[in-house]
Amino acid sequence: MTFLETQGLTAHYGDFQALFGVDIRLEPGETVAIIGANGAGKTSLMRSLTGVLQNAPGQILHKQEKIGHLPPDTVMKRGIAMVPEGRRLFPSLTVEENLIIGGQHKGGADLGDRIGSWLARLTGSSGPMDVAACRDGSGYWTLDTVYALFPVLHERRHTPGTALSGGQQQMVAIGRALMSNPEILLCDEISLGLAPVVIRDIYAALPLIKDSGASLIVVEQDISQALRVADRVYCMMEGRITLSGRPSEISREDIHTAYFGAAA
Amino acid sequence: MIWIDTIVQGILLGGLYALFAAGLSLVFGIMRLVNLAHGDLIVLGSYLILLLVSALGLHPFAAVLVAMPAMFLLGWSLQKLVLNRALGEDILPPLLVTFGLSIVIQNALQESFSADSQRVSAGALETASVSLGPVTAGVMPLLTFGSAILVILALNHLFYRTAIGRAFRATSDDAVTAGLMGIRPDRVFALATAIAMLVVTIAALYLGTRSNFDPSIGPARLIYAFEAVIIGGLGSLWGTLAGGVVIGVAQTLGAAINPEWQILAGHVAFLIVLLIRPRGLFPREA
Repeated sequence: MTFLETQGLTAHYGDFQALFGVDIRLEPGETVAIIGANGAGKTSLMRSLTGVLQNAPGQILHKQEKIGHLPPDTVMKRGIAMVPEGRRLFPSLTVEENLIIGGQHKGGADLGDRIGSWLARLTGSSGPMDVAACRDGSGYWTLDTVYALFPVLHERRHTPGTALSGGQQQMVAIGRALMSNPEILLCDEISLGLAPVVIRDIYAALPLIKDSGASLIVVEQDISQALRVADRVYCMMEGRITLSGRPSEISREDIHTAYFGAAA
Repeated sequence: MIWIDTIVQGILLGGLYALFAAGLSLVFGIMRLVNLAHGDLIVLGSYLILLLVSALGLHPFAAVLVAMPAMFLLGWSLQKLVLNRALGEDILPPLLVTFGLSIVIQNALQESFSADSQRVSAGALETASVSLGPVTAGVMPLLTFGSAILVILALNHLFYRTAIGRAFRATSDDAVTAGLMGIRPDRVFALATAIAMLVVTIAALYLGTRSNFDPSIGPARLIYAFEAVIIGGLGSLWGTLAGGVVIGVAQTLGAAINPEWQILAGHVAFLIVLLIRPRGLFPREA
């Protein structure tokens, strides 16, 4: 079953249309890269997938269910977490508090979620997420496992999140998203503004995250970095998908044309 | 010696102003909402306590426990059904809505209870006093100040030591990103206003038992609350207590010099602090 899928996805900011009929899909266990230049629509796609931008219900499917109309908190509780562009840590929270808050609400205060979870347990079926597992921390990602992935965060756990270096802040942002034990992790421009050595460390964590059971969508401007980690690639330009395929099947000329709109 | 007594009375009066201001500070700190109906909500709370005392024969301190859940629900509903719709990039709609709410509350109270001033009797507590060395302090002012400290301690604990407090701070920092963490900002705001209304009810108890009140005095309480919040530093709860104390001491010192200067002295102290420290005494870091 396809994990996440968009069908003719459109997105608007007022009168401005940012996405024009975007079709992508993410299979279980995959890492999909979305590449494109500035203004290609990558972040709009991420904002749509997480519910920040509202869409028609059927334009986004999560395990065959329509979720395009759901708000961000409900999307997150379905197991879709995002590392937002620019990290966006909470300045008034310490590193550890930033991490904790990533997981503390997945349990869902919604009565509907709780009833759904009880019914799922009674009927022996599994719902879109295991509320109890999140509550008792029995998911793979806990403070300990996040600190094991990024040891420097443990040393600085009582520091305000925004007092860290850019690379360390990116680690916090990734750890914060992992704390909800997502099935799908969306990473928006995680290398933006970071030194090459830091980018290497950040990208070294992605296979470990994938091994924990998460499927990934990685949005990148850095083509070579994206091709290295991706099972499949989509290239965007001006709000449309201009190229898709496996990295091994796509030539540099194809990418150049799809990325810039002209052959090299 | 009389000056020490005056200053002590001012500090204790500051506790009342801090109670007026704490709910306002909480709401402003979390959602940047300036609630112009805050003073009227305090007066509404005083009338609710008066109603419970006269109808059920409860002691005011028991009546406040009955009033609190009602005010909590009122705050939650008010935020959820009315104020959340006005919140956004533009600060004008919430100002207009709460200004309108202030007028509605004043008129509704006047219609229901008349314009006559009222008072909630606290019995023997009203005149009870204790000697603190050279100074004699009333039990009610001491209770007021003690309540203010307990309220600030409780709000600080809630804000900085609990999961709800983390959600409050995260939503205050960035509501969109908080949504990505599974937080519903509209519910966080509703809960914050509901909690602020609990504080409002405590303030209402002391307003009603320590002075006369009528439907029109809400805006003046709002001004004291504003001044305490701004003197203390926007969003700082301990700062709010300090702000209340500055106004209280200024008022009692002003009154000691000339009784006509009491209210004026509080406002002058506010202006002086604004001139020296425009962001207040203990501003919360952005």
